[in-house]
Amino acid sequence: MTSTHPAVELDGLTKSFGAVTAVDGLSLRVQPGEVVAFLGPNGAGKTTTIDMLLGLSRPDTGTVRVLGGTPDDAVARGRVAAVLQTGGLLKDLTVGETVRMTSHFYRHTRPAAEVLERAGITDIADRVVGRCSGGQQQRLRFALALLPDPDLMVLDEPTTGMDVEGRRDFWQALRRDARRGRTVIFATHYLDEADAYADRIVLVRQGRIVADGTTAEIKNLAAGRTVRATLPGADQAALAALPGVDAVEVRGDSVLVRTGDSDAVARHLLTRTAARDVEITSRNLEDAFLALTSAQTGA
Amino acid sequence: MTPSTPTRAGVTEPDRRLPALGGFAPGALGIELRRVLRNRRTLAFTLIMPGVFFLIFGLPQGGQSLDNGRPVAAYVMISLAVYAAMVATTSVGGAVATERALGWSRQLRLTPLRPAAYVATKLITAMSLGLLAVVIEFLVGAVAGVRVPAYVWLLSGLAAWLGSLVFAAFGLFIGYLAPAENVMQIIGPVLAVLAMFGGLFVPVEVLPDVLQQVAKFTPVYGMGVLARAPLTGDGVSMAAVANLVVWALLFGVGAARLFRRDTARV
Repeated sequence: MTSTHPAVELDGLTKSFGAVTAVDGLSLRVQPGEVVAFLGPNGAGKTTTIDMLLGLSRPDTGTVRVLGGTPDDAVARGRVAAVLQTGGLLKDLTVGETVRMTSHFYRHTRPAAEVLERAGITDIADRVVGRCSGGQQQRLRFALALLPDPDLMVLDEPTTGMDVEGRRDFWQALRRDARRGRTVIFATHYLDEADAYADRIVLVRQGRIVADGTTAEIKNLAAGRTVRATLPGADQAALAALPGVDAVEVRGDSVLVRTGDSDAVARHLLTRTAARDVEITSRNLEDAFLALTSAQTGA
Repeated sequence: MTPSTPTRAGVTEPDRRLPALGGFAPGALGIELRRVLRNRRTLAFTLIMPGVFFLIFGLPQGGQSLDNGRPVAAYVMISLAVYAAMVATTSVGGAVATERALGWSRQLRLTPLRPAAYVATKLITAMSLGLLAVVIEFLVGAVAGVRVPAYVWLLSGLAAWLGSLVFAAFGLFIGYLAPAENVMQIIGPVLAVLAMFGGLFVPVEVLPDVLQQVAKFTPVYGMGVLARAPLTGDGVSMAAVANLVVWALLFGVGAARLFRRDTARV
């Protein structure tokens, strides 16, 4: 039966490689049925955390519980399955052989034909893996992860290295499978992937969780634009009073305005002030992180 | 947005018991065997080349006899069977290096397959290919006219086959030593040199005296002597047995230690 345990309980995880602290006191609880995006830039500690979550590496300190037990036990019972960046495939096996071989390692699996179908690779079942594209190989890894019908599916940057079409096909396959309360945790550095698929986003930076909320909440942090202009002696108070402005920052002769209404700010700067070199940039994920961390320290 | 439901209503709960034998399964072994037999390089070096060697180097000895009256061609055939078996088992064991380089071993860690079951599959595959290599070499010999008593076929064949277990361990040892995609291209020449010292290409007795002394300590020497003993009628020296046992232990323990290092969680 589905247990009443959380799907994932990470408590105070730390992991260092030499002088580098990859994961720094990370705690996270994921309930059964949640679809969680683990969002952060490269080097944020996402892969290290996932390795510990799957029992592929041991935390220096802290504990990992997966579906109420150890990661190793969850893997051995087919309760957790994963699609990793580093998981290799045998180039000389066919797609179908790879699925059948892997199915033999479990006590019980879904039929090979079914997982091939669900991963959208039925038509290439007889193709040798070495002749499959990166996207096809990734869907094969996904098919392998579907075999045990896991309660928890973990995906580490599953679309890295894919072209636009490959990414779309992969997420379509995953979405087709999004059924009936399977817990999904996926790491990504694409905000749009997190937005399109997750119902909860956990933002990580430098091995720590810097924000944890619904997709809408996190998206708001990344929305808006930054207007930058050269304007000696800028009137900060006047700029801050403009509609939609979140923050005004002066750096030497430059002024940076974070706003939800960049048109109003630009219009004001160009018509009411001596501003020049006006630039408008979308706030990216990095800005969202900055907004978050500064909000936290200011609170 | 549709909230996900925390339970999986309407879904039959899958069987969550652990697999028997750590995930070791005849079905996976079958695919592994087919995979080995599809590899052209493996087939060329283990099943075809030793047979061709026999036709080139063994057949011309056709009329000649050993001291006990048995055909020299049989001596060549048995030696080449040992060579074929050791190349076969080494290549399967050494394939671990390729699979580690490709990241397949990491992929396997996401399945219930226990590392010991993986190694058992590799060993059985290695010994199956080794057996096939011996049988084919003997078939080539028999068809070409080699005639020896049945017990020689059987005992020499068994010795060549079982001796190659040492090289299955050697292959695993190399496989866990360094991840490399083309490990056999490096080991192949090494095996040829070892086979030469083991008296598989020419009798050790024709080597210079110093090399003869060195040869007795190389890993093929013992199994060569043992495999030919039923044919030559020479007694099996303690040195030959000790050679086989010591190298089996060295490679076996070495492979086991590297294997444990590889599977340790970091």
